[in-house]
Amino acid sequence: MSGLTKVILVVSALGLAACDNLTGGSGNSTDLNSAGAGSVADQTSAAYFQQEIGDRVLFVVNQSTLTTQAEGVLLSQANWLLANTDYTATIEGHADEQGTREYNLALGARRANAAREYLVSRGVAGNRIKVLSYGKERPLEICSDESCYSQNRRAVTILTGGLTG
Amino acid sequence: MRVFLTGVLFAAALLAPAGAVVAQNGPLRIEITDGVIEPLPYAVPSFIAETASANELSAQIARVVASDLSGTGLFREIPASAHISKVTDFNAQVQYADWKAVNAQALITGAVSVNGNRLTVRFRGYDVFADKELDGGGLQFTGTTDGWRRMAHKVADTIYSRITGEGGYFDSRVVYVSENGPKNDRRKRLAIMDYDGANVQFLTNSASIVLAPRFSPSGDRVLYTSYESGFPQIHVMDIGKVQRRVLSTDDGIMSFAPRFSPDGRTVVYSQSQGGNTDLFTMDINSGKLTRLTSAPSIETAPSFSPDGSQIVFESDRSGSQQLYVMAATGGDARRISHGKGRYGTPVWSPRGDLLAFTKQNKGRFHIGVMRTDGSEERLLTASFLDEGPTWSPNGRVIMFTRETQGANGRALLYSVDISGRNLKPVRTPDGGSDPAWSPLQN
Repeated sequence: MSGLTKVILVVSALGLAACDNLTGGSGNSTDLNSAGAGSVADQTSAAYFQQEIGDRVLFVVNQSTLTTQAEGVLLSQANWLLANTDYTATIEGHADEQGTREYNLALGARRANAAREYLVSRGVAGNRIKVLSYGKERPLEICSDESCYSQNRRAVTILTGGLTG
Repeated sequence: MRVFLTGVLFAAALLAPAGAVVAQNGPLRIEITDGVIEPLPYAVPSFIAETASANELSAQIARVVASDLSGTGLFREIPASAHISKVTDFNAQVQYADWKAVNAQALITGAVSVNGNRLTVRFRGYDVFADKELDGGGLQFTGTTDGWRRMAHKVADTIYSRITGEGGYFDSRVVYVSENGPKNDRRKRLAIMDYDGANVQFLTNSASIVLAPRFSPSGDRVLYTSYESGFPQIHVMDIGKVQRRVLSTDDGIMSFAPRFSPDGRTVVYSQSQGGNTDLFTMDINSGKLTRLTSAPSIETAPSFSPDGSQIVFESDRSGSQQLYVMAATGGDARRISHGKGRYGTPVWSPRGDLLAFTKQNKGRFHIGVMRTDGSEERLLTASFLDEGPTWSPNGRVIMFTRETQGANGRALLYSVDISGRNLKPVRTPDGGSDPAWSPLQN
């Protein structure tokens, strides 16, 4: 896989207002980290990773390019993963409902991989991170407008293993 | 089987594309003008019960025949309350004048006998205003009583074929994804049913997501994508035994969008690795893989031409989803979609003449058809979200998924004629998506 994800573009003018709440806990019903293993006070816990580091990044319509905001979150994820080597991770890519089912599966895979490649570029071992796409099968928010779509176009880093696992 | 053959001239092109006018002077015809069609009036009295145990089925079979024919939008039933003649003897002379008086242009009569669980259905079709039986004469079908709906569909297929000159499609099944629950907790399971929504049977439980089932050419197996392993992988299920196995097992490689080749020996599908999705074929027996595309773009939703020589698929190599055709062995692909918007989910018609597709443009979704070179694009539907067309066995009707908007949005199956007429929901017990139409059953 090529240029699409290796090149880290600084994208700033793509309407990121909806992306401010990257670490918020709203509506995590389908993302497994909502189990939030361990205490937030424990900086080595999955709960801390989810709520303080931020387990997800959001994407622009039909894009898998990382925004500057997404890169910030992923940098924190990378540093955390480098410090907490007991954990491995699966990055789950998602799309909003505005697309055909199979294309969205492929698009979710692109997004998950973009996040993975960033983590790897920051030193996280590739064999610690798997990717998976749910396409539009697992929306977090259920309305049919951009306020929901923007939350659904996401790549979520799900931790596995770890001492509190 | 064709016991009562008589020579009657009959309409051959009643389902010509929209805009055509059927030019023929035969007594029965369906006028097809621009978007307007006058359905052909017909009567189908209750079939005659020739054994006491056939009383119930003789009435039910006639009702299914009527449901099939009227459901096409091409036929209109004259209700029994308007009938003058009662048909009490299958072999007696038909009182044409009585059927002319109620303007029934076609008449279908039948007789049903039941011996144990053995069911025999005889029927005849009449061209009332020509005072004659339909070309092909009477026919007889024999089977078991629990297959009575299939026998009714076979009767309706025969009548439909004789009046339209097209192959039938009523004796067919649809495999689809049954959906339950809200959008953020949608439960999906594989289901199979008759084309009209009867006899629903669930093939998987809802423990894992299942997507996009596709029939084998002989209708005995279904390919689908399941997250059973926690990861999307292609499964193949023997429908009769409800036995399934995973087709691809490589860890870390998502596989999806499978479809059989016309000979049933090869599966074309998408693999996603390192964020890149390409097309592959797999020999279903040996498991041997062949890569068909190797581009950094998304290549998915492949579908074989009926002769197996070509594959149509979607790719965003141009920057947005568009349709391409290439040789079934891979290699250069040529873009065939050139209209505004994005095109996906192309499916080759079983007749080979058309492609059905999903189009997205200006926030709306459409099901459309085009010639295989991309010309003569026609959009048949428009809604918040229509997608995933599948062809009836005769290439005249398309079934697809329609999802409604908003927090309470729900997916349902719909069908539409390739002329764009007769758009209607398909009855399913729960929500439904990703329909795949079987070939005509034997």
